[in-house]
Amino acid sequence: MKVDEIVKAIDGEILTLPAIDVDVDRAFAADLMSDILVFAQPKMLMITGLTNPQTIRTAEMSDMPVILFVRGKRPSETLLEMAEEIGIGILVSPYTMYETCGLLYQAGMPGMGKLPIVQQN
Amino acid sequence: MTQQFSLFARMGKDLPTSVLHELTFELKVLRVMTPEPYTLSSQHLMDDVKTIMRERRFSGIPIVDDGELVGIVSVQDLMRAFEEQALDAPVKRYMTSKEHLITAMVDEPVFEALKRLEQTRVGRLLVLDGDHRLVGMLTKGDIMVGLLRALEEAFNKEEEQRRQQQPRRFFESLVSDETSLLMRYRVRVNDFASGGKASAQIKQALLQMGAAPQLARRVAIATYEAEINLIIHTTDGGYLVAEIRPERITVVAHDTGPGIPNVELARRAGYSTASPLAREMGFGAGMGLVNIDRCTDELNIWTAVGVGTRVEMVFIVTEDGVKAGK
Repeated sequence: MKVDEIVKAIDGEILTLPAIDVDVDRAFAADLMSDILVFAQPKMLMITGLTNPQTIRTAEMSDMPVILFVRGKRPSETLLEMAEEIGIGILVSPYTMYETCGLLYQAGMPGMGKLPIVQQN
Repeated sequence: MTQQFSLFARMGKDLPTSVLHELTFELKVLRVMTPEPYTLSSQHLMDDVKTIMRERRFSGIPIVDDGELVGIVSVQDLMRAFEEQALDAPVKRYMTSKEHLITAMVDEPVFEALKRLEQTRVGRLLVLDGDHRLVGMLTKGDIMVGLLRALEEAFNKEEEQRRQQQPRRFFESLVSDETSLLMRYRVRVNDFASGGKASAQIKQALLQMGAAPQLARRVAIATYEAEINLIIHTTDGGYLVAEIRPERITVVAHDTGPGIPNVELARRAGYSTASPLAREMGFGAGMGLVNIDRCTDELNIWTAVGVGTRVEMVFIVTEDGVKAGK
């Protein structure tokens, strides 16, 4: 799914464009960067409510081309400049995490599929 | 002009013909033409033509009336007006009119346009869009510059590919019994704002040296987790040291305390002792060491309470960057 299709599906806004014209092939939503780092893949869209520099770093480390911030949270200018410099696209959704994910899923964006259930402490 | 063309033809002898062949066919007129040319109307006087040609060093000016292309006036037309001492005549009388214009379409291959320039021996083609509106002018000079630019792009692309395919090339020019590159970073405790900077720089270095993207990503993710651990868990921060060798990359994160009381437990998924601040930054899910383990080919942890911790992460360099054992 292209960036403009994503934005259209959630009635969102593009804050910075990714350096490459990427065709996102799945999405992952979390506020825990460690969780994102476990599943991150190139061409994966990151959906998060966390607007701090670590979101950009997490995307940079794992080659995630686009970050979508939910609940109308517009990140700081410093953060946008950082994203622009690295070449990461930043989008913002006026919907909550739940609804943003729902709208994108409805528009045909796949996730990680079924995962094994593992015992946590 | 023909000289430029033959220069190009000679250049072609040293290049794989496939590249040149592809370029002249694939490159469209749109990409090499001079867009939005200067125009005059048919009501202007030949005297205006003289002024514009002299000031702007044009040798041909398209004539447009009400947005519609109606002709072109060239230096030859101006010379005729001179001979007839009729510089006060309207452009209309001397211009080459619509039905005799030599044109090219924006989406035509450059090859076709070049052939037309050769065959008709005109100095320039008027470039039209699908609605037959004038959108540009095309000379052999434009084609020359455009092709050279496209050649350079193609060359750079090939260089890039070659670089990507040879992850070990950087080290080939350096001779020693054992060559490695050492990168050392100081990581400060609770410095969330710079968290990830060191990992990003190590990743950049690896990519510049031609490491496969997947290898660079594995190293970056594991190093980033270790960097965040230094920020979150240490008493006084610590150091990240990356040693890059042609066949393996070792990243060591070491600190001076507090040390991990139970490494077994720390390596288990979901176990965390992170502070509320760390959790606010999106960490403390208890996945750090688990994730590092997943990304590395070898993970060694030495720790002693009150002394410090040393986490050693080893990555074997493979052609495609995938974990060696897999």
